Amino acid sequence: MTHAATVHSLWTTAAAAPDKIPSPDIEYGQLSPTLIVLGAAIVGVLIEAFLPRRQRYAAQLFVSVVALAAAFAAVIGLAAGDYGTSKARVAAMGAIAVDGPALFLQGTILLVALVAVFTFAERRLDPVAHGNRVDSFAAQAAAVPGGDAEKAAVKAGFTTTEVFPLVLFAVGGMLVFPSANDLLTLFVALEVFSLPLYVLCALARRHRMLSQEAAVKYFLLGAFSSAFLLFGIALLYGYAGTVTYAGIADVVDGQVRNVTPALAGTMGNDALLLIGGAMVLMGLLFKIGAVPFHMWTPDVYQGAPTPVTGFMAAATKVAAFGALLRLLYVVLPGLRWDWRPVMWGVAIVTMLGGAIVAVTQTDVKRLLAYSSIAHAGFILAGVIATTPEGISSVLFYLAAYSFVTLGAFAVVTLVRDAGGEATHLSKWAGLGRRSPLVAAVFAVFLLAFAGIPLTSGFAGKFAVFKAAADGGAGALVVIGVISSAIAAFFYIRVIVLMFFSEPRTDGPSVAVPSPLTSSAIAIGVAVTLVLGVAPQYFLDLASQAGVFVR
Amino acid sequence: MSFPLLTATAVVPALGAVATAAVPAAKRAAAKWVALGFSLATLVLAAIVLVRFDPGGAHFQLTESHAWIKDFGVRYELGVDGIAVALIALTAVLIPFIILAGWHDADPLEGARPNRRWRPTQGFFALILLVEAMVVISFEATDVFLFYIFFEAMLIPMYFLIGGFGDRAGGRSEEETATQRSYAAVKFLLYNLAGGLIMLAAVVGLYAATADHLGSGTFSLQEIVQARAAGRLDLASGTERLLFLGFFFAFAVKAPLWPLHTWLPNAMGESTAPVAVLITAVVDKVGTFAMLRFCLQLFPEASTWATPAIMVLALISIIYGALLAIGQRDIKRLIAYASISHFGFIILGIFAMTTQGQGGATLYMVNHGVSTAALMLVAGFLITRRGSRLIEDYGGVQKVAPVLAGTFLIGGLATLSLPGLAPFISEFLVLVGTFSRYPAFGVIATVGIVLAALYVLILYQRTMTGPVKAEVRSMPDLRVRELVVVAPLIALLIFLGVYPKPLADIVNPAVGHTLSVVDKKDPKPEHPVTDAGWFHYGPASEGASHDGASGGAK
Repeated sequence: MTHAATVHSLWTTAAAAPDKIPSPDIEYGQLSPTLIVLGAAIVGVLIEAFLPRRQRYAAQLFVSVVALAAAFAAVIGLAAGDYGTSKARVAAMGAIAVDGPALFLQGTILLVALVAVFTFAERRLDPVAHGNRVDSFAAQAAAVPGGDAEKAAVKAGFTTTEVFPLVLFAVGGMLVFPSANDLLTLFVALEVFSLPLYVLCALARRHRMLSQEAAVKYFLLGAFSSAFLLFGIALLYGYAGTVTYAGIADVVDGQVRNVTPALAGTMGNDALLLIGGAMVLMGLLFKIGAVPFHMWTPDVYQGAPTPVTGFMAAATKVAAFGALLRLLYVVLPGLRWDWRPVMWGVAIVTMLGGAIVAVTQTDVKRLLAYSSIAHAGFILAGVIATTPEGISSVLFYLAAYSFVTLGAFAVVTLVRDAGGEATHLSKWAGLGRRSPLVAAVFAVFLLAFAGIPLTSGFAGKFAVFKAAADGGAGALVVIGVISSAIAAFFYIRVIVLMFFSEPRTDGPSVAVPSPLTSSAIAIGVAVTLVLGVAPQYFLDLASQAGVFVR
Repeated sequence: MSFPLLTATAVVPALGAVATAAVPAAKRAAAKWVALGFSLATLVLAAIVLVRFDPGGAHFQLTESHAWIKDFGVRYELGVDGIAVALIALTAVLIPFIILAGWHDADPLEGARPNRRWRPTQGFFALILLVEAMVVISFEATDVFLFYIFFEAMLIPMYFLIGGFGDRAGGRSEEETATQRSYAAVKFLLYNLAGGLIMLAAVVGLYAATADHLGSGTFSLQEIVQARAAGRLDLASGTERLLFLGFFFAFAVKAPLWPLHTWLPNAMGESTAPVAVLITAVVDKVGTFAMLRFCLQLFPEASTWATPAIMVLALISIIYGALLAIGQRDIKRLIAYASISHFGFIILGIFAMTTQGQGGATLYMVNHGVSTAALMLVAGFLITRRGSRLIEDYGGVQKVAPVLAGTFLIGGLATLSLPGLAPFISEFLVLVGTFSRYPAFGVIATVGIVLAALYVLILYQRTMTGPVKAEVRSMPDLRVRELVVVAPLIALLIFLGVYPKPLADIVNPAVGHTLSVVDKKDPKPEHPVTDAGWFHYGPASEGASHDGASGGAK
């Protein structure tokens, strides 16, 4: 903090003032993570167009892994070059902020995506169809489920290798989303990562109708929330006369220097500001899956192909919380006495609602969906703290949570019976006796979700609760603890089922995965335990990264 | 830097757990020996701790302190006072016996191997050692957060021990046993988890409070106590009381105190006898220990404020536990209710806030551990022989298996606090300590002793005396392995009953220190005693001086 005098508020530092006449220059170095991923996505499309079908899988996998790894290396490079701290700048002519939270979240998203790509590429789980190893995705997405075209596609051994460029496009959008520094970039990023996700959701190889239904629901509700977001952006523009975060914040704080007559007319209109802000928030809360904007979550989580669910549950949450944090801490800090009570309410109903409804679930994927809602509530408790610790605790929680989620969904892909994945809980009875290792790994993830000490879930939960208590939200901590107790009940119930129930004779078998899924699960377990036992390094990282540029 | 003795004492059983779990599936006999070896190594380390500990020295000794999670104000801080040393010794002594007693409890039934990786025997002994490691480190932790982590994490291996390795002798169908067992395990976990999560809120609150007053949040017990003594940490009494209640709730569930006790009879009834001993003699002690170490020292004002209510609950526990024990038909549930009654005495002693009371309570923790272990393990041997837990299925055992009956009787007599056996001293001290401050409570608590005689003697009479039942006729007496388990425990009971001084010497300075933190002095005796004898307890204000004669009345 060398420029103490230019600090605007507790959690933002002032960026250097822009040049008098801004020349259109793009900081390619600082934008390189996004550019690498989007470039690779385009290469992926070209591969689909020009490479013979047989070679596509290997080529796509190679391109995706290399691109994600390279982008992650670029993020590390930027962080090592102090672009997250002292050299934090607004890049791309004010559209993108490259600062600590952005780099931290981009790094998390890239790692999550890398691990998720492993589960996308898994081809040992489904039985061999007509001599071809197949993955979790439909043979030909355009073929009508159950129709002749589908049978022909399966027989020909088609696979949807398009999933890899789709994931890369989604990741590209997610990288921009938390670093977007004006509302239009925010909206574009939202659409860039949402549209591929809608498509990915519809691509399940098994239960295709369910998968397509999920995709349609996700698309309709997503479009609805996008409309809210866009409308909110319009209202905020009407209020402030600008869509840049810093510009709106200046108007909200009353620090704007040259007030034009038009601006003077709208500046006093709090209705525009409040309604606009609320609508933008709604759009983001939808992506987070907070109650009451959570309705899509269980259906989509259940219907989507499980690797996609894992990716979506982990990465979308990271990106959306990043955007939410930036919006609340950079654009609307002047309004915090207005949004804090509302967010209190949302956090409370999200925590309690997710935990209570989860108790009655009988499907593993739906259970994890409701659990993800409850976790969104816990993270919101950290967001509400409005302190620097609040930011860093949320960053840490997101990193910890996303790997637990990925790992848990990867385990779900392994438990199968004749109809594909056996997600109904009753089929998991006695899994602990049949395959102790898989059940034990899943138990580790469940214990982390439940926040048992020595797992990352506990460290994360403690961090956000501590931040919330410090930020004067003690009541939220108590409610958080109560919902944790309720949530613990259903996590424990699954453990009971796996270990203490007799195995069913017609129960599912556990498929032996290729090293791809195994390594995804192993990474999940390793991160869960390391962040649980020795979180200090990562907490340091998160707290160094906890300052937004403005 | 000197050898980290306390860490080693906790790490050795943890390593043992890993080593035991790693034994290949076919060699389960070897796993037992590995587990026994590591538990004995832990015992050696605990003995070294006992020897190295200087009762007259600083309050916390053998301390270790390392940075751990800076952001949470958490340090890896270990240190033991006399109370902790005694309880670590108890734990280390009991675990080898528990392992020996459970030698065949986890042998897989014929044909029950659904998977080549399925290794219940290895798992059983590994989990026991894991629990030991976590219990030991909770006794050693002087950082609240560090303590909390292991206090909570302990539940998971315990849960698998209860739910995964139940008592096969229920006289019920396999399916019903399994249902009952998983019910007991879930009940255990949910009760304790709920308590733990409430405590988590209080732990977070403690951090916020210390951060407010001291500039940076801390969990170090010593630092908080010092800040308090220096007047730098002056909590609002409302805050302090809420935090106290958060902590106390968790410990009262664990201890267990009426009305939070209902998980204990289920858990003890459904688990195997050695695991039941592990629950009540080892794990539950962490609850009462933590009341002494954390509740009283962190929140002295609130402790005093809550004392009347807690004393009443403790009294209810004593009477209620004893009455329900009398009414039980199931031997293990009877012992469980007896334990609830005994935990009532321990908590009564702690909150009487006198040196006799707290010293007695600490001795009680140790003695109750040994006596319950003796009684429960013999009961376990009995139950394995007959295949039933119901009292009515037995009769005349003493004619068939005299050694078994004899050891059972000694365990029972220890439970009813017969003079000459260890629990007598501690129960007496608790009652004296309570009486000197709260005479009425002392009188009511005495009823518990009478009831104890009732439930123990009725149990003995119905199972061991009378005509020999047909099913019991061919019952073998104790085997060598079982004798090796029981004989040392009984010897220990007699030794501590006749000569408790070494133990009392270790415990008393720590108790004096705790009381000085709470700022309580013993009430003045109405009839000063000139020769106090060896179990006299000097007033709290004298702290370290405790050798009988000089601690006389002032």
